[in-house]
Amino acid sequence: MSNKRPETKLVPVPSVNKIPERDVDKSPILEAQHLGIDFGGLTAVNEFNMAIGRTEIAGLIGPNGAGKTTVFNLLTKVYQPTRGTILLDGMDTHNMNTVQVNRAGIARTFQNIRLFDNLSVEDNVKIGMHNAIHSGVLSSVLRLPSYWREEKIAHERALELLSIFDMQDLAGAKAGSLPYGAQRRLEIVRALGTNPSLLLLDEPAAGMNPSETAELMENIVKIRDTFQIAILLIEHDMSLVMGICEGICVLNFGQIIAKGTPTEIQNNPEVIKAYLGGGKEA
Amino acid sequence: MVFLNYLISGIGLGSIYAIIALGYTMVYGIAKMLNFAHGDVIMVGAYICYFSMSGLSAHFEEGSLAAAVVPALAGTVLAMVVCTVLGVVIERLAYKPLRQAGSLAVLITAIGVSYFLQNAAQLLWSSSPKMFTPILSRDLQLSLPGGLSVSALTILTVVVCIVIMVGLTLFTGRTKMGKAMRACSEDKAAAQLMGIDVNRTISMTFAIGSALAAVAGVLYLSTYPSLVPTTGSMPGIKAFTAAVFGGIGSIPGALLGGLLLGIIEILAGGYISTQLQTAIVFAVLIVVLLVKPAGLLGKVVREKV
Repeated sequence: MSNKRPETKLVPVPSVNKIPERDVDKSPILEAQHLGIDFGGLTAVNEFNMAIGRTEIAGLIGPNGAGKTTVFNLLTKVYQPTRGTILLDGMDTHNMNTVQVNRAGIARTFQNIRLFDNLSVEDNVKIGMHNAIHSGVLSSVLRLPSYWREEKIAHERALELLSIFDMQDLAGAKAGSLPYGAQRRLEIVRALGTNPSLLLLDEPAAGMNPSETAELMENIVKIRDTFQIAILLIEHDMSLVMGICEGICVLNFGQIIAKGTPTEIQNNPEVIKAYLGGGKEA
Repeated sequence: MVFLNYLISGIGLGSIYAIIALGYTMVYGIAKMLNFAHGDVIMVGAYICYFSMSGLSAHFEEGSLAAAVVPALAGTVLAMVVCTVLGVVIERLAYKPLRQAGSLAVLITAIGVSYFLQNAAQLLWSSSPKMFTPILSRDLQLSLPGGLSVSALTILTVVVCIVIMVGLTLFTGRTKMGKAMRACSEDKAAAQLMGIDVNRTISMTFAIGSALAAVAGVLYLSTYPSLVPTTGSMPGIKAFTAAVFGGIGSIPGALLGGLLLGIIEILAGGYISTQLQTAIVFAVLIVVLLVKPAGLLGKVVREKV
């Protein structure tokens, strides 16, 4: 099969250390304004303000239970915000549901892997391309030429996306049979299949060893450079966050306690307090 | 010889159960609910076909080929259309508002819808039995060597079942909507975040299941012609049993369960007792579930901890 491997049309990987200039101030892809949600009487997230540049890699960090995944659920409309506005590429997503937000350009992965285990790796990626495949029922069942044409495009696109993580040889395997690390990578590929302009990664390095994490960091940067998209990630692995994020937002008890560059965050007393609990006496 | 004859009629009856069981199994697989009103959709389909056939047959010369084919075909198609709409409307009005509710609430609602359909049918069409005209005359028999005879109706039933099975397998395996269905059956929230419209997918499932119920209704009433508002409940319950028997949620399971159930029912009626045949069918179900709780082809769901 390896001789049939399609040529990758991806641009070379730039060095991880070369961080481009932040472009957050020129028309951001995502702007959350005064975003908040209450569950019953409990305020889970409040006054969440964040802007993400079109090709920025941004990080969302904070202690467990700080509301990071809730922010992802708000952005993807799994939860409807109680307060505030989400502007995606300047467009208010107020009346959109999850599907519409996805079609408008937000894709995500999950903290606990949620692949379609019984579908093949390739079909998982193609599900993500769902909206781009136009074949009708009749031409798909009868396998008319139009089906083959679109199928060929989808197949090549799926392999091309899988090749980011060098997974194209696994295309025929069942997603559920893959090892843990490969499943995490496949989730990212599946999200990319929806052709997003903003990719949300929920703890992409969870459960990975240091060398896998290092590889993942390179790949996240590679994805940003290749597709020219924005990436917002939640992560507890500080080497990853500090290594590739251009802007970082720290959440604690549903409130933003700090925003800034990795260096600014590392020296912020509020952040240190939130992570270590208490001030000097701790 | 007698055994082979029983076997053939068992396969015929089993094919009908399999077609109904598909409706249960698809809806369960995707919406994770038991649609107990499914059996009554069969009944509605049968009534629609009955009325359109008796209305149309007057316009054709008796004994002509057109008189044999056109009303039956038109009646079946009309029944499928009406049932498809009915299935989608039931889902929209009764089940969709309960998408976030517990499974018990949905189950009770489904039983309610079932009784509603039965009583509405009684109000509209009265409870006096109607004699359903078979879509293929029961006199049409194909004689096989060795004194075997197979009715054309049985052959048609089996062929329709095979066509539906192959069609559905291709549909779920190849089409975008079919893949969306498989994705929804595994993880609805994740599917939604991949841009799949879950509500539309569930509607589509109900539409397909209900259209199949109409076909099954026409075939079932062609074999057992007495049509009353509660006609659908027995084949409905048995097909549900077949779906559980084969492993609910699995399309090949519905076929296997349906066929086995039909064969067991006919053999039990033929060799043991016609009065006990239904009891024997359910006894077999109990034994199978004791040995294989997930059904014959069902997957054991392991709880993640």
